[in-house]
Amino acid sequence: MGDQILIRDQVDRRRSDLKRWLDRIVPVVLSVGVFFGVTVLAALVVDVVLEGSHRLSLNLITNYPSANPAEAGMRSAILGTIATVGLSAVICIPLSIASAIYLIEYAAGKRWAEVLRYNIANLAGVPSVVFGVVGLGFLVYGLGVGRSVLAGAFTLAILTLPYVTVTCVEAIKTVPEDLKFGAYALGATRFQVVRSIILPRALPMMLTGGILGISRAIGEAAPILVISGLLFIREDPTSLFDRFTVMPLQLFNWISRPQPAFRELSAAGIIVLLLILLALNSLVIYMRYRLYRRLEAT
Amino acid sequence: MGSLSTHEFLKSVRRRRRADSLFMVVVLSATLVSTLTLIVIFTTLSVESVAFFTHASILEFLTGTKWTVLFAEKHYGILPLLNATVLTSLIAIAVSAPAGIAAAIYLSEYAGPRFRNIAKPVIETLSGVPTVVYGYFALYLVTPNLLRVFWEGISIHNALAVGLMIGILTLPIVVAISDDALKAVPNDLRLAAYSLGSRKIDVVFRVVLPAALSGVVASIILAFARAMGETLIAAIAGGFRPVLSFDPGESMQTMTSYIAQVATGDAPHGTVEYQSLFAVGFLLLLITATLNFIGLRVIRRWEIKY
Repeated sequence: MGDQILIRDQVDRRRSDLKRWLDRIVPVVLSVGVFFGVTVLAALVVDVVLEGSHRLSLNLITNYPSANPAEAGMRSAILGTIATVGLSAVICIPLSIASAIYLIEYAAGKRWAEVLRYNIANLAGVPSVVFGVVGLGFLVYGLGVGRSVLAGAFTLAILTLPYVTVTCVEAIKTVPEDLKFGAYALGATRFQVVRSIILPRALPMMLTGGILGISRAIGEAAPILVISGLLFIREDPTSLFDRFTVMPLQLFNWISRPQPAFRELSAAGIIVLLLILLALNSLVIYMRYRLYRRLEAT
Repeated sequence: MGSLSTHEFLKSVRRRRRADSLFMVVVLSATLVSTLTLIVIFTTLSVESVAFFTHASILEFLTGTKWTVLFAEKHYGILPLLNATVLTSLIAIAVSAPAGIAAAIYLSEYAGPRFRNIAKPVIETLSGVPTVVYGYFALYLVTPNLLRVFWEGISIHNALAVGLMIGILTLPIVVAISDDALKAVPNDLRLAAYSLGSRKIDVVFRVVLPAALSGVVASIILAFARAMGETLIAAIAGGFRPVLSFDPGESMQTMTSYIAQVATGDAPHGTVEYQSLFAVGFLLLLITATLNFIGLRVIRRWEIKY
């Protein structure tokens, strides 16, 4: 009996030693998961900068693509990105704001709203390349829009719609209920509440969602590849029905070429692309900071 | 203020009502765009897929082991493409699931709020990097400088590098959803376990993690669905060889990179090459939609309501 108790005691102590040791070591092991992601991101940036920084020049932005890597630039791709993504934002942001208003202010609590939300969640799960295939079949050939800026912009707009709608819904939810109820109690219609209570307060946050949608659209290559093909374009896009290319596609083109000079060129192009995305994301962070300050003040 | 006549007052009410109902019609139609889009996606893919299946039987499509649609002698078996897609996605999950779950547990249970507030956005950034950049990274850095060191015979285009990069891309999905699930476990459970004399290691792995398991499983399913749809990484670093192989060191074509290959070449409207885009896209959509459905269901169904 006494021996048994002694053994139990030893086992317990040993287990407890193991646990104490585990308690020290496990957080360290787990934190590797965090640093893994951060390290890869850092390695990626460092590699691209080392490889491409000496190729950065104004020519990269102002020249048209060329078979000669020394003078090739991505002018048509940059202009194509501005036209396509700009137009897609003009389509996507108002649509998202309107959907969010309907979902929260008109359909809230109804079964119907659940169905609509479910549709939006499903849309978010569609692989981006499938949007391209459908854009090709429906817009380019079905509606006869052609492989144009317009077809690309519509596809990108629909692709980013679910993400931007979700942030717009979140933005509307931050508007205090009291303010809305107060307005309704004074006899305001829903339209009046939306216009003078909800929009002024929710718009900045909605716009940050819109900018994040834009930065996503800038990086999307797969749907545009399907819609536009891999083109060698030495002209600026001037109309909505022009053929076009975008920055990630130009990079795809350069990366696919075997010559080392094109590899350096693509690294330089990646730096430009990442700088644009960095600028957009910094803008979002700044806007959020301002928003936070304003919310603190009230 | 002058007095308002009843007539004028009623007129203003009517005007406001009209504006209100007009506004409702506008926002409702905006909302219907997403529903309409889903219908368009399904009909477009169905119509062209039906045209595709006049050339190939569905049985051959689903069970054939040769995919040579772009060659003169055509075989329509999707299995090589499907196999490559699943293989690269499994490699991706082998990276993103352990690293992502570890990071989520660390951030939610161990890290202080300051570290958390810095680390979360940084990890989030990984999903904001354009995928073409990951493709560059896989082809020019991972394969020659990392994989070649351990595996000399590995091909320049290979499934392993593709999978590794997609793993990095899907890491934030696993972290975000798992972290949400862990954070949703009520603090009472932790405190109760501590009050019974548990060590932190027991609290984290025997109380909190089991309680959050549904969210963690769902995060892996959703990340897998995202991995299957990734295109540019596979097109750049995986190559365009439709072979049925389980060797991750080989170049192989995924469903998405097949679509990319047809898009970079010339597939005139109405040809079987053009129609094959829709059949492959449709199958991809069906698989990812099923996975997303299961993932969202797992989150909802297994969620323990506290």
